Amino acid sequence: MTKSLRSPIQLKNLREQLIRNSQSGKSTISVCGGTGCQGCGCESVYTKFVSEIDRQGIADKVELKLTGCHGLCECGTLVTIHPQKIFYIRVNPQDVPEILTETILKDVVIDRLLYPDPISGQTVLHEYDVPFYKKQRRLIFGSNGLLDPTSIEDYIAIGGYCALSKALSEMKPEQIIEEVKESGLRGRGGGGFPTGKKWESCRNAPTSNGTRYVICNADEGDPGAYMDRSLLEGNPHSVLEGMIIGAYAIGSGSGYVYVRHEYPLAVKNLDIALTQAREYGLLGNNILGSGFDFDVMIARGGGAFVCGESTALMASLEGKIGEPRQKHIHTVIKGLYNKPSNLNNVETWANVPLIINKGAGWYADIGTAGSKGTKIFSLVGKIKNTGLVEVPMGITLREIIYDIGGGMLNGKKFKAVQTGGPSGGCIPESLIDLPVDFDELTRVGSMMGSGGMIVMDESTCMVDMAKYFVDFLIEESCGKCLPCREGLDRMKDILAGITQGNGTDGDIELLQELGEVIHDTSLCALGETAANPVLSTIQYFRDEYEQHIRNRHCPAGVCKALITYTIDPETCTGCGVCVKNCPEKSVSGEKKKPHVINQDTCIKCGLCRENCKFDAVIVV
Amino acid sequence: MVTISIDGIRTVVPEGTTVLEAARDLGIAIPSLCHNPGLSPYGACRVCIVEVKKGERSTIEASCTLPASDGLVVITNSERVRKNRKVLIELLVSSCPTSKTLQDLAANYGVNRIRFAIKDKNCILCGLCVRYCKEQMQSGGIGFVGRGTSRKVATAFGVTPQECRNCGGCEWICPVCERACTAANLTNGLCGGCQNLMHVETCELCVHCSESVNARGHRVY
Ligand SMILES: Cc1cc2nc3c(=O)[nH]c(=O)nc-3n(C[C@H](O)[C@H](O)[C@H](O)COP(=O)(O)O)c2cc1C
Ligand code: SF4
Ligand code: SF4
Ligand code: FES
Repeated sequence: MTKSLRSPIQLKNLREQLIRNSQSGKSTISVCGGTGCQGCGCESVYTKFVSEIDRQGIADKVELKLTGCHGLCECGTLVTIHPQKIFYIRVNPQDVPEILTETILKDVVIDRLLYPDPISGQTVLHEYDVPFYKKQRRLIFGSNGLLDPTSIEDYIAIGGYCALSKALSEMKPEQIIEEVKESGLRGRGGGGFPTGKKWESCRNAPTSNGTRYVICNADEGDPGAYMDRSLLEGNPHSVLEGMIIGAYAIGSGSGYVYVRHEYPLAVKNLDIALTQAREYGLLGNNILGSGFDFDVMIARGGGAFVCGESTALMASLEGKIGEPRQKHIHTVIKGLYNKPSNLNNVETWANVPLIINKGAGWYADIGTAGSKGTKIFSLVGKIKNTGLVEVPMGITLREIIYDIGGGMLNGKKFKAVQTGGPSGGCIPESLIDLPVDFDELTRVGSMMGSGGMIVMDESTCMVDMAKYFVDFLIEESCGKCLPCREGLDRMKDILAGITQGNGTDGDIELLQELGEVIHDTSLCALGETAANPVLSTIQYFRDEYEQHIRNRHCPAGVCKALITYTIDPETCTGCGVCVKNCPEKSVSGEKKKPHVINQDTCIKCGLCRENCKFDAVIVV
Repeated sequence: MVTISIDGIRTVVPEGTTVLEAARDLGIAIPSLCHNPGLSPYGACRVCIVEVKKGERSTIEASCTLPASDGLVVITNSERVRKNRKVLIELLVSSCPTSKTLQDLAANYGVNRIRFAIKDKNCILCGLCVRYCKEQMQSGGIGFVGRGTSRKVATAFGVTPQECRNCGGCEWICPVCERACTAANLTNGLCGGCQNLMHVETCELCVHCSESVNARGHRVY
């Protein structure tokens, strides 16, 4: 029997049948198989569940799912039990038999596996009550925990392809574009361009043989960012559904997903999704009997950061070197093979079904005046809860860092947050109540970018940090145009000079001047934004630069050339731990008497300080 | 045809004309390095920048790749353009001080010090040779390899490729090879010999004959 669905009604019937089948009184165990949890060994937890369910012979009582990322990667491996929604963290294979015998069979909650609220100290039973999730609004990401990404049936059962069916049977392409325009959706790939407007330009662009392309940008080259990956791995059909709707609205018959080649699982799950969608007649010819034809191919990227830039991506898709070109003629007019091409980010596409299902008005109610809906951030750095968070636009940085992120690690003081990936900017503590949206972030010298968020505490040196990002961008610049290639390299020289204690008066001004030139004259957006980390740290932490240059002092105690480790004779007990730990044998002293460090041989590794129990080693 | 305004002059040009071409037709001088009328536009050196007015705001664009479009308002020599261009020239010279083309550019645009570390790569990656080889000779024997600061012009496997027709076009078109600066010692990366010191020891007044020698003993071309 062919599975192919030939009409919206058939899809509806299938969904109802799937729901009926799943309401058979079984419990469902969702094991998080996301990127973060894979690092914690979720595979072995999953296989243990498989063998244990078999051993206990309870396959008829419980269903097991390996799902996509749940977000709280810090606490992996995460296991959720449905329908009670019991949320277990840090699950190890040893815990598996107990979960089955206690929670599944006897409905007894295992307290030790619950999330302990760091403030009240009490355990939290449900995922949605964990503070990390409370302020989130997981419209896009929430389904990850509910479905097995390799099962189209799971997706259909939770309402998947509803939006496609509605779009094809009830809406004209122009209506869809109007809906997306009204929703206020802006591109999540970095630029924040209004999506509906882009679609409209592409639909209206002249093309000789009717060919138009829709492309999904899953290149995601920002270090530390993995939201697109988690979406593709955890819920590939949502992205695909968005693309099919977009293609119908734009009038395109073929699409590509350009995936970073370091993402094999994303490719695999997407490939499975494409095959399943074709089987069900949701992709290919005559989709859902509507007469609309569309198919998608996967292209694997070369792995360079700059290949995420639209013109470079299209060059790379054509098999050329992934290098940007001047964009005076936009890619929606002349893109891939010189045909109108509409490129959107993974997350942008995943927003589309939601807008079609719930309506532009509903969507536009979430967020701020200029930025609608939610945004997924990859929250990392010196905070308690790291992971992927999806928040409504307009939430403040403070809420993200303190309420969701749980505050700073080890009681250190918050210093700054870097948003927008490597070419974003640093936002200081004085702006921590800033509402997060496209325009506000740009206004303070940073950007939304693709949603990286790195929280820094007082132990971060801002000059060193700026240098780190410039180094990254030098590696990733394609090298075509002069200001980005040579300008960034000279910027690095100046920064290196400052951190090594060779800074001179005028360095800051030169950095600013050079930064402006790189911004003004670079060919593509990589160069245009590359000076952000330097310019924003000068704007907010100029004093720290000056300390380095004038006083040869690194206030955060990071720049090795500018610090010395000494032992405070008052606090030193002469225990001798530092002597044992110093790899250079630079510490000496009699037992029970204050020790001293030989500055000539000290390599400033900081091991003595780390190991001293009395905090007697100080950095000056 | 499209109508644009360059430095306040309205001009009508065929569609597809670049702003650089339109400006040069009007006799307005805009420097260029990676541009060559016989080759496809490339937009890598950025010295041909102009300021494009967009209401209150304005942006800086490379004129060699900027197509003239109706209503475009361009200023070729604003303060902002000059400031940016000077830094660009500094960067150019610092990465290739031995090119006479670049030394002349520096002298002409008032660049009298290089504030950046000199890292002589003997190439400015303008891509003229690569495009010449591919587009004019239909050969494609040379191309770019590497990314970022390690980008360079190279042949496959570092040997003269079979496609090479020995035309010598790559050397001829190269702003570094063809016009090398022969100054013995550069101060801060700058020579300034030919353009700045036009007085020639042998003649009272330099007439730019092929034998002219300037005060420092450089040949003046
Ligand atoms: C250097 C550079 C890297 C980029 N990398 C990505 C990326 O990894 N993923 C992405 O979606 N967009 C990336 N972009 C933005 C794209 O050029 C493009 O604007 C975006 O994919 C458009 O989709 P959107 O409108 O949905 O945001 C990058 C841009 C630049 C300049
Ligand atoms: S700005 Fe940088 S990445 Fe973009 S074209 Fe120029 S060199 Fe390449
Ligand atoms: S070798 Fe000469 S022509 Fe070729 S890219 Fe370098 S500077 Fe340009
Ligand atoms: S001449 Fe225009 S960028 Fe080089």
